[in-house]
Amino acid sequence: MRGIDLRVARGEVFALLGPNGAGKTTTVEILEGHRQRSGGDASVLGHDPGRNERALRQRVGIVLQQPGVDGYLTVREVVQMVAGYYPHPRDTDEVLALTGLSDQADRRVRKLSGGQKRRVDLAVALAGDPELLFLDEPTTGFDPSARRQAWETVRGLAALGKTVFLTTHFMDEAQALADRLAIIADGRVVATGTPDELIGSGSAATRIRFRLLPSVEVPGRFGAHRVASAWELETDTPTQSLHDLTAWSLETATDLADLEVTRPSLEDVYLQLTAEEAAE
Amino acid sequence: MSDLALAVRQIGYENRAFWRNPPAAFFTFVFPLLFMVIFNVLFGAEAAAFFTPAIIVFGVVTATYTNLAMTVTIARDDGILKRIRGTPLPGWAYLAGRIGHAVLIAFLLTVIVAAFGALVYGIDVPWSALPAVLLVLAVSAAAFSALGLALSGFIPNSDAAPAVVNATVLPVLFTSNVFIQMENAPAWLDTVSHLLPVRHFADAMLALYTSGADASLPWTELGVIALWGVIGVVAALRFFSWEPRR
Repeated sequence: MRGIDLRVARGEVFALLGPNGAGKTTTVEILEGHRQRSGGDASVLGHDPGRNERALRQRVGIVLQQPGVDGYLTVREVVQMVAGYYPHPRDTDEVLALTGLSDQADRRVRKLSGGQKRRVDLAVALAGDPELLFLDEPTTGFDPSARRQAWETVRGLAALGKTVFLTTHFMDEAQALADRLAIIADGRVVATGTPDELIGSGSAATRIRFRLLPSVEVPGRFGAHRVASAWELETDTPTQSLHDLTAWSLETATDLADLEVTRPSLEDVYLQLTAEEAAE
Repeated sequence: MSDLALAVRQIGYENRAFWRNPPAAFFTFVFPLLFMVIFNVLFGAEAAAFFTPAIIVFGVVTATYTNLAMTVTIARDDGILKRIRGTPLPGWAYLAGRIGHAVLIAFLLTVIVAAFGALVYGIDVPWSALPAVLLVLAVSAAAFSALGLALSGFIPNSDAAPAVVNATVLPVLFTSNVFIQMENAPAWLDTVSHLLPVRHFADAMLALYTSGADASLPWTELGVIALWGVIGVVAALRFFSWEPRR
């Protein structure tokens, strides 16, 4: 780690986004108390996570990357067992419903599918009704529908007023879930803000794309270029560019087929930022 | 719930998980009896007086030292220990649950072996020395549990666990009056085996089994076993790890 300066507000869903090896797990493990920091300050709910205090652990739920549950116990038994460690646990049936495990409640954990086991991890983290949840790559290895379900669960937690700190290397996940996020690369924060702010702040431009008859050329002033059978142009002033382009189209009676305007996605910003970091 | 109640509750969960794997449970109990039958076939029925207490020792060492070193290492590599470490459950309460369950299995094994020895080979259970027997069993179970936890700290990963554990325990069992009587052993080997705890456990059990009410409390043996227990606790505190090491 070379410099991570973050602040996560209560009730916020915060995503730490970065490529593999960027330091996401190191960061989250320092905050969870699983790893000692070599320098700097960290405060979690007013506690120093490095001191591994019970008072802090009573208020925090953790989903690690690796599952860690006894396979011979049933889902309900595992959740009940862990609930017993906390002073004010959440009702077990409620936890099972929240994680979509009600139908699997009496099955042994080792008989479950990979995605279901991952949900048991989440259920275990929720058993103590924590104020703050750490989710380390909660949907890695999920199929698309399981991911959507997991997202719904995280949104449900946010609706309950929980603070969620998640790491992910999926841009769409951060964009779908996070109120705020930080992008890290090579052990340091390269950008932080709301998803919209990050998209707006990047130099990645809005892209306009359309098709023309093969015989037609776009005038050079638009700065458009051919991409396969289509034309594309990037612009920081999309309204003006679109206005100029459609004006030209109407004047010359040239049809702009399949016209599409795309905002830069978080993915564009992310790829650009992490590429810049790698280039340095 | 108090921490002590949590520890006891943890024994219950360990126990439940244990019995849900019937083949593992079955062979845990049958394995020592197999050895007992084999030794009695090989060395004749008069050997039963030696092998009944010896196999009790084998059962207790297996159920505590071998079993804990292996299962705790596997649980560590599976991330179970790390997961527990992130909850408010005190680490000692979790480990007490594991040890408590191991000791429970050790005592159950002792009862089975003693009953088998009495019913099949006519080796009387030393009822008159029962308090001393229980004391030796309790101190030994505690010491070998501590040593098992300490050993797991030296096992790099769960794949290496069986090899490392067997390499530490089998040579000792063969030279500690458990599998083979040490009457004709070279003096140096006898001396070495007296430095280790299994020999003292085996000698104490044999003495209690053969002398019955006449047996005095085996203080020397208890002292050496307890000393090894302390070494185990200190080493466990120093080297035990909650994190997977892969």
